[in-house]
Amino acid sequence: MPNMSPKKVEMPVQAGNVRNKNFKEVALGYTKEMAVTEAERCLNCKHKPCVNGCPVNVQIPEFIQEITKGNFEDAYQIIKTTNSLPAVCGRVCPQETQCESKCVRGIKGESVAIGRLERFVADYHLKNGKEQIEMPQSNGIKVAVIGSGPAGLSCAGDLAKMGYKVTVFEAFHTAGGVLMYGIPQFRLPKDIVQKEIDLLKEMGVEIKTNMVAGRVFSIDELLNEQNYKAVFIGSGAGLPSFMNIPGENLNGVYSANEFLTRINLMKAYKFPEYDTPVRAGKKVAVVGGGNVAMDAARCAKRLGAEEVYIIYRRSEKEMPARLEEVHHAKEEDIIFKTLTNPVEITGKDGFVTGIKCVEMELGEPDASGRRKPVPKPGSEYVTDIDTVIIAIGQSPNPLIKSTTEGLDTKSWGGIETNEETCETSIKGVFAGGDAVTGAATVILAMGAGKSAAKSIDKYIKELG
Amino acid sequence: MYKIITKKELNPTVTLMEIAAPHIAKKAKAGQFIILRIDEKGERIPLTIADYDEEKGTVTIIFQIVGSSTSKLNTKKEGESILDFVGPLGTPSHLDGIKSACVIGGGLGTAIAYPQAKALHKMGAKVDVITGFKNDDLIILKDEIAAVSDNHYITTDDKGFVTDVLKDLLERGNKYDMVIAIGPLVMMKAVCDVTKPYGIKTIVSMNSIMIDGTGMCGGCRLTVGGETKFACVDGPDFDGHLVDFDEAIRRSYMYKEQETCSRKEHNCRLEGMR
Ligand SMILES: Cc1cc2nc3c(=O)[nH]c(=O)nc-3n(C[C@H](O)[C@H](O)[C@H](O)COP(=O)(O)OP(=O)(O)OC[C@H]3O[C@@H](n4cnc5c(N)ncnc54)[C@H](O)[C@@H]3O)c2cc1C
Ligand SMILES: Cc1cc2nc3c(=O)[nH]c(=O)nc-3n(C[C@H](O)[C@H](O)[C@H](O)COP(=O)(O)OP(=O)(O)OC[C@H]3O[C@@H](n4cnc5c(N)ncnc54)[C@H](O)[C@@H]3O)c2cc1C
Ligand code: SF4
Ligand code: FES
Repeated sequence: MPNMSPKKVEMPVQAGNVRNKNFKEVALGYTKEMAVTEAERCLNCKHKPCVNGCPVNVQIPEFIQEITKGNFEDAYQIIKTTNSLPAVCGRVCPQETQCESKCVRGIKGESVAIGRLERFVADYHLKNGKEQIEMPQSNGIKVAVIGSGPAGLSCAGDLAKMGYKVTVFEAFHTAGGVLMYGIPQFRLPKDIVQKEIDLLKEMGVEIKTNMVAGRVFSIDELLNEQNYKAVFIGSGAGLPSFMNIPGENLNGVYSANEFLTRINLMKAYKFPEYDTPVRAGKKVAVVGGGNVAMDAARCAKRLGAEEVYIIYRRSEKEMPARLEEVHHAKEEDIIFKTLTNPVEITGKDGFVTGIKCVEMELGEPDASGRRKPVPKPGSEYVTDIDTVIIAIGQSPNPLIKSTTEGLDTKSWGGIETNEETCETSIKGVFAGGDAVTGAATVILAMGAGKSAAKSIDKYIKELG
Repeated sequence: MYKIITKKELNPTVTLMEIAAPHIAKKAKAGQFIILRIDEKGERIPLTIADYDEEKGTVTIIFQIVGSSTSKLNTKKEGESILDFVGPLGTPSHLDGIKSACVIGGGLGTAIAYPQAKALHKMGAKVDVITGFKNDDLIILKDEIAAVSDNHYITTDDKGFVTDVLKDLLERGNKYDMVIAIGPLVMMKAVCDVTKPYGIKTIVSMNSIMIDGTGMCGGCRLTVGGETKFACVDGPDFDGHLVDFDEAIRRSYMYKEQETCSRKEHNCRLEGMR
């Protein structure tokens, strides 16, 4: 008999006014008992609507059934067949718009907490499971992967399992992409990501950090001089957008990328133990409504800012951030100013002193189907602040495009690919993840990496 | 890990190191830089590729001890290693077609200007070099520059600034296709003011505060000709007559407070010297 409670088993968390002063993980994870109780809410539907909502088709009811039986390790192995990074995805996937949005239990009450269950079994495995590394027979064929975010890592992992000799080239000194430099410790502990990377190394994947493709080597050299048979580009969407409003170059205006990189990758939150400084200020305005904006705002609060505003031009309903992050941000006393758009950053002696915003109202739906915000004339006002963090989006870095002849891209910089095979305009060169789609999600990047691995295998086999 | 092959003190505050990095030595060009991180807790600091030797597989850096990271770097000995060393970064200098140039280095900027003078000299251009220092004890790269220039003028603050020498050369009728000025922001700005009436193309090297050096943080941004540019990928060389120097000077003050704190933390022995 399933558990018919209309509500998910609650996730234990650090209290809002405690955690907004530390960088430890916010959500503490289910206990075994909680996981079993929650798993029992699943109806084990024959038509599996939830699976259709999952970009990589995790066999959701199957793994949940194993949890009800207490077979946590078996549950993990089921997820792992289609998802290379369960511990990561269980924490950061926007489940409410994917699997959980399709769940039958969501019609009357809350959906099954699929994400929390995924995280539970992944954490159980990290603690108790033994990693059996199947060392594949090496075929000696070299494949290069550029970028070590979820796209690059999953492509490398799948190719290694097929026996390829994979080298991952990463520009930063640490592998992991956004999982390391973007998403903060309190949402995704870095040791979880590091474990995944160490596992790949054990499988024989070579990871070369401090290697900027396009500068220290070209893709052409990889293929024609260094004897790589194929190249996968998973270089992400690292180019920060600015608003092009007056005052944007004042001291105290950060791109979210810079702010988060200083904190997560360079550990500026431990300054001066670590050498990299960051200036969070006392009153902070974060512009944007996605995960990046939430992360920046919550980091600023943790660094001691007294007032942190989220400034977003649409209404809360349209915010692209994960629902849970919006809730968590509010519990941490982040102040939401929606239907508000900055028009100018004011300053004195080169430093930020305020942000001038205009109120917005929602008009007709635009191309994205969301109602377009339009400014209310005469509603401008200035709020005193000393730091502005701009989190209005990122696009692919033009470096690889500008140094790779014949690589076709879209006008906004995304690499042109065949959606199914991930082939680019250059023979032997494949691409996936944010470098192709623009800023998207971990799971989509991972899925693209896996598809590319399949195509690369097929391509190389056909080369003979 | 990247090994320090040689270490040489050029003056009490400036050190030269040759670092083993064959892959970078193979690709480096004048005007490019590297970013290094000394150890796990270190920050990423950009330094110009002062020279490179493809055969030996080494990259030369010359750094001035100004704060905590450069002090820490200076404690490293020959044979020891640096944790991270990434490059070559930035767009190489565009020197094609230059027949005569005046290269100006202010203080440590001399080390950054040296590879450009060398590249021009190798191309067969006429190269005049002006270098300026606070005092005689701080003069660096005297012989190296003499070897790659037609005329080398050294000045110290008591005798006059590099701009005084440049003005004099221009007034005496010297003609240059290009002036390259590298040094403190105020010096580069002053040089641009001198060359502007003559209409001489003037290239400056913008050493903004950087993190990644690949165009992903925007921390190094500056305004050039009314547009936002990233020094690490669009530069570090820019047309000096288009650079908004006043903004760049303001931006360089961003971390003054924290740098002082970090220096104190490290008990920097240079505190008294500044
Ligand atoms: C702050 C933040 C929070 C986010 N939160 C979520 C979330 O909660 N849930 C979610 O699903 N998604 C989230 N995302 C989005 C998600 O992280 C990305 O969609 C995903 O990481 C994309 O993966 P990727 O492998 O394509 O690229 P990335 O993760 O960006 O990795 C690309 C890697 O390539 C490297 N690289 C770039 N250029 C070069 C080069 N020339 N040579 C060598 N290496 C290079 C980069 O340094 C980087 O390590 C968030 C993103 C950010 C920035
Ligand atoms: C592209 C590029 C090339 C460079 N090449 C060289 C080089 O060849 N040799 C060399 O000695 N230095 C060079 N620099 C400057 C060098 O990176 C800084 O001196 C160094 O980061 C200071 O670190 P620190 O921790 O020792 O000092 P900090 O404590 O960080 O700073 C001490 C003082 O230096 C100033 N400062 C900090 N960063 C910079 C910067 N990026 N530019 C100018 N002043 C700064 C601060 O305002 C402060 O007054 C270069 C910078 C860039 C961006
Ligand atoms: S839709 Fe919901 S109830 Fe049905 S199988 Fe999926 S998780 Fe279980
Ligand atoms: S240093 Fe980050 S964009 Fe230039």
